[in-house]
Amino acid sequence: MHDDDFLASRRRLLRAAILGSGASLLAGCDALSNNPRFVDVLGAAEPLSQRVQRALSGNRLAAEYPESMISPLFRPNGSIDPQTPEYLALKADGFRSYRLQVAGLVERPLEFSLDALRALPTRTQITRHDCVEGWSVIGKWSGVPLAHLLDLARLRPGARHVVFHCFDDLTGDGSRYYESVDLVDACHPQTIVAHSLNGSPVPIANGAPLRVRIERKLGYKQPKYVRMIEVVDGYGAFGAGHGGYWEDQGYDWYGGI
Amino acid sequence: MSSIPVMDPGVAAPVPANARFEWRTVLRHRLPLRVMHWLNLLCMLVLVGSGLQIFNAHPALYWGQASSFDAPAFATDAMRGPDGKARGITTIGQHRFDTTGVLGVSRRADGMRVKRGFPEWATIPGPRSLALGRRWHFFFAWLWVINGSCYLLWSLASRHLTRDLAMKRRDWRAIPASIVEHLRFRHPVGDEAARYNPLQKLAYLAVIFVLAPLAVLTGLSMSPQMDSLLGWWLQLVGGRQSARAIHFIVMSLFVLFTIVHVLMVVYAGPINEMRSMISGRFRVRYPRADEGGRNDA
Repeated sequence: MHDDDFLASRRRLLRAAILGSGASLLAGCDALSNNPRFVDVLGAAEPLSQRVQRALSGNRLAAEYPESMISPLFRPNGSIDPQTPEYLALKADGFRSYRLQVAGLVERPLEFSLDALRALPTRTQITRHDCVEGWSVIGKWSGVPLAHLLDLARLRPGARHVVFHCFDDLTGDGSRYYESVDLVDACHPQTIVAHSLNGSPVPIANGAPLRVRIERKLGYKQPKYVRMIEVVDGYGAFGAGHGGYWEDQGYDWYGGI
Repeated sequence: MSSIPVMDPGVAAPVPANARFEWRTVLRHRLPLRVMHWLNLLCMLVLVGSGLQIFNAHPALYWGQASSFDAPAFATDAMRGPDGKARGITTIGQHRFDTTGVLGVSRRADGMRVKRGFPEWATIPGPRSLALGRRWHFFFAWLWVINGSCYLLWSLASRHLTRDLAMKRRDWRAIPASIVEHLRFRHPVGDEAARYNPLQKLAYLAVIFVLAPLAVLTGLSMSPQMDSLLGWWLQLVGGRQSARAIHFIVMSLFVLFTIVHVLMVVYAGPINEMRSMISGRFRVRYPRADEGGRNDA
């Protein structure tokens, strides 16, 4: 064979090999993505990330920023104007009849009006909000440390998780948004039940009347429009059993990266 | 690698009596290195594909701690063109480019033109799924970090790092000559062919000790949990959105490195080079002793 022919055919072969293996790699990845067992295997990284990242970062605080760095608009995402009847009713009277419930595995189930919450010890923090999509905004949040509310209600033995029940129906199928964290995150000093953003009551788009801030989590782990805080021994009984609205759609429960 | 065990000089291709060169087969890459090399390639492919899937969830990059949504440093978007059809527009700083078909707007597997950052053929999985992209990414990120750590430990223990990769005084001095040789497409022969040349060493060292650590650190510092520990690092690079942008740039440099790496393999002899990374055996041309070692045959 002539040298040039040989080189040309070799080049063709190589190109075909590269394109072929690239295409089969992608097709293979798509097939594996549809295999629930394989997706579970991929999920093995989640507890590893959680364990290692928590061991490394302990109970450290998320960074707090000066007022000058507050974003001009705290970009809302997910539900931005809930239409569920119970929410519309509360919205109509300016949340005067709103009561935050603290229930579940507690000695004393509690209810708080917004005024009662505002009278409790308040923590104000200017923090960065990281959306799972990749963007960040900075805002000033004020609210009651969740640890304080849990202290008032007094945890019963067996309490392991805190489930947040919300007013919004993100899918539009009659279900309600919910989220859960364990007591490590629930009792972190920067975990607050926030009633104000940038010095004003939390706007509707950002979760009025209350949004939980869990500063070392991504946005989807920090529920808006919170109705009830329920202390439980496990979150398996709620929604599809994965611990949150987005977790039920395949997102990780850890939500710290 | 520099102490090349000559395996079977006798078995090498039959050499015509009048040839000025003889072929010798040497063991170029040891087994652990070969395994780690291919595992690394697998991880990198998945990390790039799943990373682009994650990027597509918000196909814009910013500089600083927070996102300045109306002034991204890099963004892909879709806009309606004068003909009413969607055009993919990519913005880099102040400059806008029509990238229809690749960035911003591309065809799905079913032929539909859709608004997308990177096209389906570049992402894992192909169809849009941030949740799955994240699963792939974090699983293979761990695998890549573990594989990379094993590589570092093995390279130290086996002295691969100090003997084969470390730049020696001779290498620094040989850089200009090596540049000329690359530009003239001249193949080295003998021991030189079995060693890494200085440009190659610099490229590998940059990937191992600059790009890889940068990828890990900028990746981890996108984690709000880890940022409670890595605040100093975010300060250093300019913020979380800067870290995300650098993570993307590092990915691009990895891709560039891989393209050049593959081109060099093709140029240096793809069969011989591939074999050296699969079975370890590498054929090297040695000048015959009686020919005085001219290397311009």
